[in-house]
Amino acid sequence: MELDPLLLSRIQFAFVVCFHAIFPVFTIGLASFIAVLEALSFKTGNPLWQKLSKFWIQVFAVVFGMGVVSGIVMSFQFGTNWSNFSYATANFLGPVLSYEVVTAFFLEAAFLGVLLFGRDKVPQGVHLFAAIMVALGTFISSFWILSANSLMQTPDGLELRNGMYHVVSWADALFTASFAYRFVHMALASFLTAALVVAGVSAWFILQKREFATNRKALSIALWMLLILAPLQVVVGDFHGLNTLKHQPMKVAAMEGNWQTDTGVPLLLFAIPDQQAQTNHFEVKIPKLASYVLTHDWDGEVPGLNEVAPEMQPPVFIVFWSFRIMVAMGLLMVVFAIWGLLLRYKGKYQHSRSFLQGLRLMSLSPFIAVLAGWVVTESGRAPWLIYQQMTHAEGLTPSLTGGMALFTLIGYIVVYALVFSAGVYYLLKVFRGGIEKANRPHEQQEFERPKRPFSAAHASLEEGDN
Amino acid sequence: MEQPFDLTLIWAGIIAFGVMMYVLMDGFDLGQGILFPFAPDEHHRDVMMNSVAPVWDGNETWLVLGGAGLLAAFPLVYSVFLPALYIGVFLLLAGLIFRGVAFEFRFKAKTSKYLWNWAFAGGSTVAAFAQGAVVGAYIQGFETENFRYVGGALDWLTPFTVITGLGLVAGYALLGATWLIMKSEGEVQQWAYKLAPRLLLMVLVVFAIISVYTPFVDPYVKERWFSGFSAIWLLPVLALYCAYANFQSLAKRPGRHAVCRHHGFVSVYLPGFVSQQMALYGAAKLHPVRCRISL
Repeated sequence: MELDPLLLSRIQFAFVVCFHAIFPVFTIGLASFIAVLEALSFKTGNPLWQKLSKFWIQVFAVVFGMGVVSGIVMSFQFGTNWSNFSYATANFLGPVLSYEVVTAFFLEAAFLGVLLFGRDKVPQGVHLFAAIMVALGTFISSFWILSANSLMQTPDGLELRNGMYHVVSWADALFTASFAYRFVHMALASFLTAALVVAGVSAWFILQKREFATNRKALSIALWMLLILAPLQVVVGDFHGLNTLKHQPMKVAAMEGNWQTDTGVPLLLFAIPDQQAQTNHFEVKIPKLASYVLTHDWDGEVPGLNEVAPEMQPPVFIVFWSFRIMVAMGLLMVVFAIWGLLLRYKGKYQHSRSFLQGLRLMSLSPFIAVLAGWVVTESGRAPWLIYQQMTHAEGLTPSLTGGMALFTLIGYIVVYALVFSAGVYYLLKVFRGGIEKANRPHEQQEFERPKRPFSAAHASLEEGDN
Repeated sequence: MEQPFDLTLIWAGIIAFGVMMYVLMDGFDLGQGILFPFAPDEHHRDVMMNSVAPVWDGNETWLVLGGAGLLAAFPLVYSVFLPALYIGVFLLLAGLIFRGVAFEFRFKAKTSKYLWNWAFAGGSTVAAFAQGAVVGAYIQGFETENFRYVGGALDWLTPFTVITGLGLVAGYALLGATWLIMKSEGEVQQWAYKLAPRLLLMVLVVFAIISVYTPFVDPYVKERWFSGFSAIWLLPVLALYCAYANFQSLAKRPGRHAVCRHHGFVSVYLPGFVSQQMALYGAAKLHPVRCRISL
């Protein structure tokens, strides 16, 4: 079988970017959560907030460390596998990625040390300031990255001259038609991720009857966050979808599994899209609902995939099902938000075992939702790398062979599997150590001297909890 | 477009500065990894790793900045370089990842310490070799057509690039040893004192081979060295003088002046590096692929 460098490069990029995305999506939200805890501690002086903050800063340190390691690979992927794309968009992408390095990276790096190790060395106000700066740094970072991605989705402000894009308006190029939706959707996703992980971990501690009062506080905050953010995310997601319908109708057609442009289109709950036959099998549907959701009119017209040639369609099965997974996760979050509110009303959310067990599992849901969402938006853009300007095939490195791409794909999978299983294993140890270990006064050992992000966490790699 | 000043030159300067900072700064901490397997015991290794743990990732920021800056300022170089060095870049990244996580985990590990030792040593050595080979490949040039790389996956791997790769491994090891002389004391420092002159000798040998080899690999470099601009010969002479001075002071081992030692070795690199750059800048002027800027 002939190895296809295009397919392998796409799989490789999807693999490394998915692996990378898990970490920042969590740290962006967690950084803000820590800043809030520090602010509460500063304002009230209640030691409970500091206890919580100490624990979650340890978690942050480990996740941040892994995010940085996997991020380095990303910046080289553009050049190695997508050199034509890099060359064509360098006038935009080069400065944007450089700004990301200079503004966010340096801001985070400068204040991270103060946040992780400076609690007893700087005044409390300075420590709080560092927490806020780290949170701000993560946001600035996502601003540049999402701006670059939005340009690929809804290109604007560029002019093609001699095979190279030139920026004619930086304002248009940075703030393209889909940027605001994407940014808000992603920011909310980060907050939701932090809220659900905090909720899940706190629920687990409460089930074990550990540090009850402290963890109940954390759970309470997380549930309030969930209650506000989960429904809000549904609304924002809807707006984002309408924006996509306007600018990338084929992506929406794939999300809906809609092959023919039609009015009064049903919403499919289940289907097996068949790209070859250009139809769906085993449809389960609600009449006219897709038209209503997308056009806010029961008989509105929804574009179908038949508007473009089959080879210009996105991979329908992947987009269709990723979208459903994302929406299902979002709806589950709303269910848990309301369930939490009802239990709180009766004053027993911290005692319901089924609710707490459910929250434990739900701590995985935001990661599934975020990855599924990115698969929708990235695969849904196919075959375009820059929407309606450059295809994946055109952006690929011309000298790349299938063998080379396969070699690095396997290489990255092996490296990541080794490195990140160690990382996740260690993170679970930090979780097991919990608030008690994070706050236990201890003789500082040689290996705990502050020098690396992980030094902020005190667990040993192999030993059991002690 | 008319530019008020020569942006090409300014950016070439910025990137050259970034690369130089990277080589000097990350060089000594990669050097710790290269010397790791040769350390007599775990205590030595603890000291070695501790001495660079707080600073190594700051040093690597220069690499990230260099990469992003290259894309921003010289997209053509970027889009020829990375595809041509596809496998090399992968090895470099894999090496950096392994040693990066070794920094985090080695201090946490007890029974699995030896694994992280290997990750640190292997990762550092592979990364250093890959970087050296990249420089060699750059001097060697790439097969391009229409400003696109058209060569094969392993074109960069030649005897010449193997030599430059090994040369950089030796060079980083030397920087690592002199860093230890500067930063450590007692046993570890004595050990580093013993290593440094041998490594310096190795580096000089490799420098000599590369210097003789380069003009044959790249005719532009040859032209640069042997025609007109003769002041360039001062630089290798300066490098040789610095090497000599360093040999002298190493032999005396005056403990208090260890700081000068490290800086002394930096001084060997600087002229060597600048002379290469100047030779290559001349090449770049003639080589459109290497210095195209679009602003």
